[in-house]
Amino acid sequence: MKNSYKIWFKVSVVVIAVLSAILLGSLLIIAAGGNVLDTYWIIISGPFYSFRTFCEVLLRAIPLIIIALGVSVAYRSGIINIGAEGQMAMGIAAATAMAFAVEGAPKIVAIPLCILAGMAAGAVWGFIPGLLKAKLEVSELLSTVMLNYVAAQFYSFCLRVPLMDPAEIAGGGTGTAMSAKLPQNTILSKVVKGTVLHQGIWIALALAIIVYILMWKTSAGYKMRASGASSRAARYGGINVAFYLIVSMSISGAFAGIAGAVEVMGTHGRALEGITSGYGFSGVVVALFGALHPAGIIPAAILFGILLYSQVSLQLFTSVPPNLVTALQGVIILVIVSVQMIIDNPYIMERFRKRFFSRTKEAAA
Amino acid sequence: MNFVITVLTLTVRFSAALLIASLGEMFNQRSGIFNLGCEGIMCMGAFMGMLIPFSYAGAEAVPFYINLLGLLGGLASGIVLGLFFGLIVITFRAPQGIAGIGLQMLGVGIAGTLFRSYIGGTQSISGISSFDIPLLSQIPVVGKIFFTHNPIVYIAYLMVPLASYIIFKTPWGMKVRAVGTNPRAADSLGINVNRIRYQALATGGAMAGLAGAFLTLCQAKMFNADIISGRGFIAVALVYFGHWKPSRIMFGAILFTFAQTLQTQIQIFVPSFKYYEFLNMLPYVLVIAVLAISRESNKLGPSALGKPFNREMRT
Repeated sequence: MKNSYKIWFKVSVVVIAVLSAILLGSLLIIAAGGNVLDTYWIIISGPFYSFRTFCEVLLRAIPLIIIALGVSVAYRSGIINIGAEGQMAMGIAAATAMAFAVEGAPKIVAIPLCILAGMAAGAVWGFIPGLLKAKLEVSELLSTVMLNYVAAQFYSFCLRVPLMDPAEIAGGGTGTAMSAKLPQNTILSKVVKGTVLHQGIWIALALAIIVYILMWKTSAGYKMRASGASSRAARYGGINVAFYLIVSMSISGAFAGIAGAVEVMGTHGRALEGITSGYGFSGVVVALFGALHPAGIIPAAILFGILLYSQVSLQLFTSVPPNLVTALQGVIILVIVSVQMIIDNPYIMERFRKRFFSRTKEAAA
Repeated sequence: MNFVITVLTLTVRFSAALLIASLGEMFNQRSGIFNLGCEGIMCMGAFMGMLIPFSYAGAEAVPFYINLLGLLGGLASGIVLGLFFGLIVITFRAPQGIAGIGLQMLGVGIAGTLFRSYIGGTQSISGISSFDIPLLSQIPVVGKIFFTHNPIVYIAYLMVPLASYIIFKTPWGMKVRAVGTNPRAADSLGINVNRIRYQALATGGAMAGLAGAFLTLCQAKMFNADIISGRGFIAVALVYFGHWKPSRIMFGAILFTFAQTLQTQIQIFVPSFKYYEFLNMLPYVLVIAVLAISRESNKLGPSALGKPFNREMRT
């Protein structure tokens, strides 16, 4: 085959990348005083111990899928949303507030209302950096990070004052800042009894289909992708780039808000400190790892669900601190972005061809 | 009056870490590299600043050179991470914004992992104590505000004119600005663009690492995984705020720290104020507001900021 070296080049780059990621992780495990093989084995095998543990993985995959879908919409439109952490917190606060407002309503009305509330709050929190970027050229990387801190403070305030569990105030509890248990009509039921997996998984899958249709089957999605691929060309083609920037960022925020609502209504049942716990940043990694496409994001989210679940099993079975998982995610981001650039670099590919394929070519000639 | 003096004294003291990190980030950005991983480098530096004195004598007092070694350890870890980031964004030409997030997670993750396995939990160290400058510190009011600080604070402020001199007056500084403004022109004049960028990243990394080590050794005298709490990101924002000029960056660092100190002191002096979360938000809102107002400033920045340089390709 004439261009077989291209395939070999790509394969070898990916293999080298995976090996170097594993190597970096191993160095870190050794530095932390753990056994490399044992640690990796626990990370990989932990979720497959039983059906229930695998449900734990899927549980973590739900917010990852939803957030990563939102991040991918923004990324494809040329704006990087690293503010999902804050947007999720706003979503949790709004969904919780709504849950107490619709107490007593039938479930079929109450749950969509809560999710809508979370979605709206997240969308507002995504709209702000989108507007700042489109109109005032404020780097979204900086504004979203700052808004994360603002949202975290606002969330703590909500837990401490307006949403505080009345039982805690009455002196019945320890004074922990958290909301009361959500009313039963707003709790997402479990998919399989006895496991932690809740109906949010269907919401996540439905959103994946919606994103696919939006981005690849509608003209709005086409315009967003065009703005992201080349904003100047898109503007020349008559696309209102600034408008689609704001829209995509709002959608991205809305998804993070939905993730927050689903997380509080399905997993925790009440608003607590630390629900977001890094999902916002992991969502970015998942989106990149899933090649910014719903079909890639779902398996990527399950893989990262395994990684996040290993934080639990590492603590149970090894001396390796769970913070390792954060570092591994960092390694994965760096490896992915490097691999993409190396694969797209014709110069390195040409050197690869000369180095390994020149002789066969001469022989063929 | 007492309140004002306390706020101003603490402002000068706490602005040092932000100032050092921002000046370092300025070198990165002047060379055209947007290093959002500053947070991770600072966290790693902070951990090194803890690890070295702690493994020598725990919470006991340690000789000064051990503390100095802690600062140097932070600095060295910063250089290593800076060069590693260079490998990703200069040699592999990866997109810098997202790679910076990766570096941030890597730095925070490594520091957290090693912290848990080598130190365990919350531990304190003796750290570097403050040093009152003789005579000058005797001046009423002004003396207390400016001359009763940690030696590193004075060094941080001396770095401002120094950084200004290096970036605007020395040949190396001019090369840094050249590769950040027009790498192709710099390349045609025989400047090795990638080498200068690596050097700038090492400088910036060293300063971010030092800033982190300063936080543990001089300010908090302990370490935990979120000791940096966004200072790295603020440092990046301050470079924009400061129009890539050391003196304005210093002004920004002081302004931000003032807002932060003011709100913590209000909480201490006025404990009856219940809605302190809104005070906590203020410094971050201030940064966003300033970035939004000074939009024209983007044009003053290095024009090749964030763009990888490819010698083989026409642009």
